[in-house]
Amino acid sequence: MGKKSAKDRISNEINAGSMADIAFLLLIFFLVTTTIDVDKGVLVKLPPWSEDEPDIQKLKTRNVYSVLVNAQNQLLVRGEPADIDDLRENAKEFISNPRKMENMAEAPNKAIISLKNDRGTKYKTYLEVYNELKAAYRELWDEASKKKFGKDYEFLERTQQKEIRSGIPLVISEAEPTNFGEE
Amino acid sequence: MSKFQKKRGKASPEISTASLPDIIFMLLFFFMVVTVLRDASRQVEVIVPNASELTKLEKKSLVNHIYVGKPKKQFAAAYGTSPRIQLGDKISDIKDIPLFLEQHRSKVPEKQRPAIKTSLRVDGDVTMGILADLKTQLRKSGQLLVNYSAKPKAE
Repeated sequence: MGKKSAKDRISNEINAGSMADIAFLLLIFFLVTTTIDVDKGVLVKLPPWSEDEPDIQKLKTRNVYSVLVNAQNQLLVRGEPADIDDLRENAKEFISNPRKMENMAEAPNKAIISLKNDRGTKYKTYLEVYNELKAAYRELWDEASKKKFGKDYEFLERTQQKEIRSGIPLVISEAEPTNFGEE
Repeated sequence: MSKFQKKRGKASPEISTASLPDIIFMLLFFFMVVTVLRDASRQVEVIVPNASELTKLEKKSLVNHIYVGKPKKQFAAAYGTSPRIQLGDKISDIKDIPLFLEQHRSKVPEKQRPAIKTSLRVDGDVTMGILADLKTQLRKSGQLLVNYSAKPKAE
């Protein structure tokens, strides 16, 4: 009788030794399936929709930096063929106009970049151009904030960033693409 | 003193593994919570271009994805080989975009709706024509915050 009661006691307990193994298996499954992929990209704010085209003709030509990308992925900057590698430097010079040239922006906050492309332009080229123009502004912001606050733009407080941005506002106006080179 | 020594002598030298399952379960729950199973299988071929001016998309619940690219081989028979738009898990038309955006918007609390972003994952070789139509449609639907998805560029 004494033996039997001891047996009963043993069978009443569930062996939890394998619990860890089961949990490990599940853990490994989730470890493998987890994709912590971060979505990064070029953030753009589109203009609100309006029926009539904005009239860029009203602006002074010296304040407009027009960039055209055609269906052959070639660049035309302010009426002259250009290379994408020079775009950033050129745009920076145009916006800040350090030598007060007659044909460049009156002031950084008056500069407008006008971007136009064909329907046949490759997205890759378009994004590259957009990226360079954005980079030009970012570098200008960096320079301005270094001068004013002594550190890079991204380390500034929100209000300080706003202050810098209001001095050099990012204005990239995109025209409707022309109907060339669509597949 | 003698009492203490006796007890020590009795204690088993093995480390108790009773709490091991609990520790593993904690880890398990962490990964279960963190895991985001990819909800939409991609039906279009997308290789995003590289860029340097990148912004991270923070809140996943406030982001909807639109893919643009050529249909994958197994869908080429049904959808052709010219670039198409994928909304959610199926290849769709430009005119389905407002409905798609509205469906996503209704799931988001009203206060956060102005912060909704659209992540455009567009293949680098797609021409701007389809993208121009897409952008026009997004503007008409009032979805103005757009993120052109890109990979970091090695400089």
